[in-house]
Amino acid sequence: MDRNRLRNQVASMRRSLFDQGYLDDQFIQLEELQDDTNPNFVEEIVTLFYNDSARLIQNIEQALNSSPIDFCKLDDYMHQFKGSSSSIGAKKVTNECTAFREYCNAENAEGSFQQVKQEYAILKRKLEVYLQTVRQASQTA
Amino acid sequence: MEVAGEVLASESQLHVLAVDDSHVDRKVIEKLLKISSCKVTTVESGARALQFLGLDEEKGSLGFNGLKVNLIMTDYSMPGMTGYELLKKIKRSSAFREIPVVIMSSENILTRIDSCLEEGAEEFLVKPVKLSDVKRVMNDCIMRGETGGNKRRRVDKRKFEDDNHASSSSSSSSIPSSPSSPLPSSPSTAATSSPLHSLKRAKLRDHN
Repeated sequence: MDRNRLRNQVASMRRSLFDQGYLDDQFIQLEELQDDTNPNFVEEIVTLFYNDSARLIQNIEQALNSSPIDFCKLDDYMHQFKGSSSSIGAKKVTNECTAFREYCNAENAEGSFQQVKQEYAILKRKLEVYLQTVRQASQTA
Repeated sequence: MEVAGEVLASESQLHVLAVDDSHVDRKVIEKLLKISSCKVTTVESGARALQFLGLDEEKGSLGFNGLKVNLIMTDYSMPGMTGYELLKKIKRSSAFREIPVVIMSSENILTRIDSCLEEGAEEFLVKPVKLSDVKRVMNDCIMRGETGGNKRRRVDKRKFEDDNHASSSSSSSSIPSSPSSPLPSSPSTAATSSPLHSLKRAKLRDHN
């Protein structure tokens, strides 16, 4: 009974992540790569993504706080951030990164990056809850 | 004595060297390749890739681990040496120019694609890379091996094409239909170790 409830929860959380545009097809690609030889693949990749992102966010904020702002370096970091977001299928985060790179200039850099950070924080929270529920569902007998 | 099957198993898997500075992308490409039955080595930079191949002038062949590389897949934008620069170095080396190189990039820029193809890249994949992309690349490698490199683009490679024709012409007809071949549709490397050659070598060994 418990297991069914959890499984239904997983299914509906997953559906909403896609319906609301947080995740795209690339996430499905990752799910399809998960198998018995590598049952935690998705979680491992997502964890790598969190680690990479934390480092990149720190670097970006440092770059934004320096004066003058090194836009070349900034663009480099954003390119990396966008790249890994796109690789895990984090649709909204990827889009925010694109927008930031396009419209970023001295005046609005800081403000725009807050939007990127915010979107990332939302995704991280949602993914953590989702993957935790997935884990619970698979552990329940 | 080695059993024929064992000899063939180790030679029939494609060994791919994947180069990418992103942890996430390295892990993804590694999985995509393993699922496609390849042996994979991942490195984080062009410099490391060259070391692995044994092309690093400074370190000589210290980094080379003895496993032949059948395909290189590299990210384009990397700090230090870009994928394009790595591609050039490989194509300009007599030892490794035959290894097919595939470029991966998140940016779909026509001039970039053109320059990579001009420099001898087999394919240009737009990231994020999917399983279907990897499978297509694998198929192209198999076809390339069996037809002795007919799909070359550049005129100056005709010399090598002739060499390949001479060494693997016997493999172009019978592999898929041979009932006694223990290999399913196994990929073969471009030049000397086609499945038929492996089979012949194994048979010779058995006779000892």
